Amino acid sequence: MTEFDTIAAISTPMGEGAIAIVRLSGDEAVEIADRLFRSPSGKRLKEVPTHTIHYGHIVDPKSGQIVEEVMVSVMRAPKTFTREDVVEINCHGGFVSVNRVLRLALVNGARLAEPGEFTKRAFLNGRIDLSQAEAVIDLIRAKTDRAMNVALQQMEGRLSKLIGELRQTILETLAHVEVNIDYPEYDDVEEMTPRLLKEKAQYVRGQIEKLLSTANQGKILREGLATVIIGRPNVGKSSLLNALAHENRAIVTDIPGTTRDVIEEYVNVRGVPLRLIDTAGIRETEDVVERIGVERSRQMLKRADFVLLVLNNHEPLTEEDERLFAMIEGMDAIIIVNKTDLPRRMDMERVEKLAAGRPIVTASLLHEQGIDELEKAIADLFFGGELEAGDLTYVSNSRHIALLEQAKQAVDDALSGIDAGMPVDLVQIDLRRAWELLGEIVGDTVNESLIDQLFAQFCLGK
Amino acid sequence: MEYHGGTYDVIVIGAGHAGCEAALASARIGAKTLVITLNLDMIAFMPCNPSIGGPAKGIVVREIDALGGEMAKNIDKTYIQMRMLNTGKGPAVRALRAQADKVLYQREMKKTLENQENLTLLQGKVERLIVEDGVCKGVITQTGAHYYAKAVVITTGTFLRGEIIIGDIKYSSGPNNQQPSIKLSEHLEELGFELVRFKTGTPPRVNSRTIDYSKTEIQPGDEEPRAFSYETTTYITDQLPCWLTYTTEETHRIIDENLHLSPMYSGMIKGTGPRYCPSIEDKVVRFHDKPRHQIFLEPEGRETEEVYVQGLSTSLPEHIQRKLLETIPGLEKAQLMRAGYAIEYDAIVPTQLWPTLETKLVKNLYTAGQINGTSGYEEAAGQGIMAGINAAHRALGREEIILSRSDAYIGVLIDDLVTKGTNEPYRLLTSRAEYRLLLRHDNADLRLTELGYRIGLISEERYRAFLAKKEAIEREKKRLQTVIMKPTPEVQEVIRQAGGSELKDGIRAADLLRRPEMTYEHIQKLAPSDEEIAKEVAEQVEIQIKYEGYIQKSLQEVERLKKMENKKIPEDIDYDAIQGLATEARQKLKQVRPLSIAQASRISGVNPADISILLVYLEQGRIARVSNE
Repeated sequence: MTEFDTIAAISTPMGEGAIAIVRLSGDEAVEIADRLFRSPSGKRLKEVPTHTIHYGHIVDPKSGQIVEEVMVSVMRAPKTFTREDVVEINCHGGFVSVNRVLRLALVNGARLAEPGEFTKRAFLNGRIDLSQAEAVIDLIRAKTDRAMNVALQQMEGRLSKLIGELRQTILETLAHVEVNIDYPEYDDVEEMTPRLLKEKAQYVRGQIEKLLSTANQGKILREGLATVIIGRPNVGKSSLLNALAHENRAIVTDIPGTTRDVIEEYVNVRGVPLRLIDTAGIRETEDVVERIGVERSRQMLKRADFVLLVLNNHEPLTEEDERLFAMIEGMDAIIIVNKTDLPRRMDMERVEKLAAGRPIVTASLLHEQGIDELEKAIADLFFGGELEAGDLTYVSNSRHIALLEQAKQAVDDALSGIDAGMPVDLVQIDLRRAWELLGEIVGDTVNESLIDQLFAQFCLGK
Repeated sequence: MEYHGGTYDVIVIGAGHAGCEAALASARIGAKTLVITLNLDMIAFMPCNPSIGGPAKGIVVREIDALGGEMAKNIDKTYIQMRMLNTGKGPAVRALRAQADKVLYQREMKKTLENQENLTLLQGKVERLIVEDGVCKGVITQTGAHYYAKAVVITTGTFLRGEIIIGDIKYSSGPNNQQPSIKLSEHLEELGFELVRFKTGTPPRVNSRTIDYSKTEIQPGDEEPRAFSYETTTYITDQLPCWLTYTTEETHRIIDENLHLSPMYSGMIKGTGPRYCPSIEDKVVRFHDKPRHQIFLEPEGRETEEVYVQGLSTSLPEHIQRKLLETIPGLEKAQLMRAGYAIEYDAIVPTQLWPTLETKLVKNLYTAGQINGTSGYEEAAGQGIMAGINAAHRALGREEIILSRSDAYIGVLIDDLVTKGTNEPYRLLTSRAEYRLLLRHDNADLRLTELGYRIGLISEERYRAFLAKKEAIEREKKRLQTVIMKPTPEVQEVIRQAGGSELKDGIRAADLLRRPEMTYEHIQKLAPSDEEIAKEVAEQVEIQIKYEGYIQKSLQEVERLKKMENKKIPEDIDYDAIQGLATEARQKLKQVRPLSIAQASRISGVNPADISILLVYLEQGRIARVSNE
């Protein structure tokens, strides 16, 4: 055990969900919580068994005033997230009372945790490796179920495992080169020729690229696909928003640091996390027709990964519709032809042409028709319709991506060294660097393993 | 009878490969030095294979020479065969290896010690140290003599509580049936040193007259004259070959059947043996599928018929060893002269040492060589010279000398020992060096002569020659940067013959040299220099130009290392006061007491988070809060 003090923080993102959790971790976690907790039956948290949950109230010990109605989980070391004693106080009374609970914990002996400090403790206590620690941070921020899934898998060390396998391949190659150097007379092993080394390096490069290719999707899973709904006034943008939000647990957040009036909402469409931009704009401007102009759409589109363009089935294609099409040229988009309950006046041939291969969904959003088709189209677009749930390994962390990129560069250096006719033992320097960089992802760069590999792989000695 | 034997600056206990270098360095620096050894006839004895050098180790020998040590010169005088290894590979891993005339090697080294100014050679057995208030002040021998000194270096090799094991026989002994050193080992424990039990072994020796060499392959030395020392100018041309043969399935069958008689497997041997030097029974057990193992037959000298059977290290009973020999082509009728044996001995846990090789427990006491858990003559000698330098410097009130990992293989070796410790007898390997492209065989002088001269181990004359060489290299490099090679028929012809593609345009000579197929010789032919370019100069020019990109990359890494090395950790730091360190890291840091952040970061169990905590603590003098993001 590391002799840390006890830390506390609100461990659920502000404003997300109905329940907020104040988490305490450290030697005094149970004691501090016990000072604040009153159970109807009079039981004390200090005396309850580990990994149990208890109903009661948080009471200010000084004033005796009831602050919040809570469920409190008590988990004692070592089988906890941080490997320390952990108490989680589940509150539901909103921002103000959660903050009061936290403040009481702080007043009664806990220290406010630094960002990521719970994870850091877990890491420092050997509970998780570096990539798992980062996955935990992602987990904390995960916005949708699908993202949760990826984060969970990473936590279970799937990325660690893949990286581990890749590193082992490199390690064996390195050991092979080393044995040629340190035991030049050893006859039982094939000389590692540049050609052989090139094959290995190319394989490694391919594997790194494969991991990197998942990076974009991973990032999207973590941050959500920046999505903009555009369309002329009164085509049904608001209905679309409501349909998506209603079906999919919308979360409204006020993103700090951005313009006050930009409101984003997260919705989870069949596992695809959509971050809907400027929904406030849509909600406001449905009434104020003049305010939604082409200009505003243009501004929103700058930030978008993905566009939902809404058209009115009941009206002919207007000049403004054409301008909107022009603005989203080349972008990922789905065209929604709304109001199919009303007679068609829309030139569908023209729409198909303008859609340029992008999916078109017809719907009557007001009557909840076509929503399934729309959701399917979104999922298909994102997952290519092929990815199976539960078998995803995404690199979703920018530090990992950077390290992978560096490792790829190192392997490229090795390859160009081979092409320039450099001796194998020099080329090996770059390959070794790739091995170390990959090691940084999982927090393992211990050198000794090369020597261990050398003696495990070859029968050496005099 | 207790009596006062004399007062010295430095006392060296032991005169093996570490002791000889320590004593010579100390005496040459100007410290009045006493060497006490168990047996004057065993100075610089090679109890194991009769060879010096090889990958990494050979570079250590060059480094010892560049620092003004003796090993290189001594082997240059006494080798029976010399080979450059890894010539087909890059310059970083080339290494010289010599087969030694064992007897001659000892005799020459003894002569050198005997004739060294400031050095007294004495046969005797040190049983205790004189330690007062944690400071070593001298030694006491078996005969009751008290010798006093300002610094003491222990280089007792495998003699500490040594035990030889052959089959089910086990007896107290130093290597080759010499008397062991038991009381000193006990005394070190008394002083509070943590000791570990290590094991190593040797193969049998046979009589050359009884070997049928026709069944073996010859392994001759290089024809090109080579030397370890930068000062050697005469070469031994009359070389003796080694011979290669193999074990057979029959050999392996006998081993399998008699494994229960091996003390390795009966549980009799408790010490940890080295993985890189396994016994033949180990090899057969661990790599059962391998149909045969190499056996090198190495003559032990010119004046003896004894042949060292390299590859057959074993502690099986003597009669089984005889049976094994009969199964090996060429050795069917070989007469066994000495049986192979395993030896167990005490070593001190090397994390108890500072990077100067002074012990943390007892001031002014240094240890070097196999006592520190290493194996190999070169590793011993490399530590010996550094311990000798530091002991003499302590006695004379001079600075401490520590080689960095980017300076020398010796730096890698000592840093590994004092920072990481070792679970088995430690051997240097090229893969242990992060900057091996910088730590080459060819540039040991460029790396270390300056230091050797500053310490006083390199003569004025040699230093001037070194400076001249350095300048010549720079001049020639500069010239090749300016000379333009034009696509003349002559140039194109040379390029064509070398297998390269012809020039389209003029090109700087240095750029042409960078092409893989071009050598300095080609360039010299096409654009000769006005001055005569020595072979060693040409070699440097070629390597430095050809591999410039890689060298630069390594140098950048060294820059980063130096930054970390410059972040010193005060000796009196209180790790308990640093909040947030993982318990394991805290323990390791308290044990190793690293002198810099660089050293701290190499301790296993100290992870990057601990280092950042330590860094912030050091820099801001307050508790670190490290965010994971």
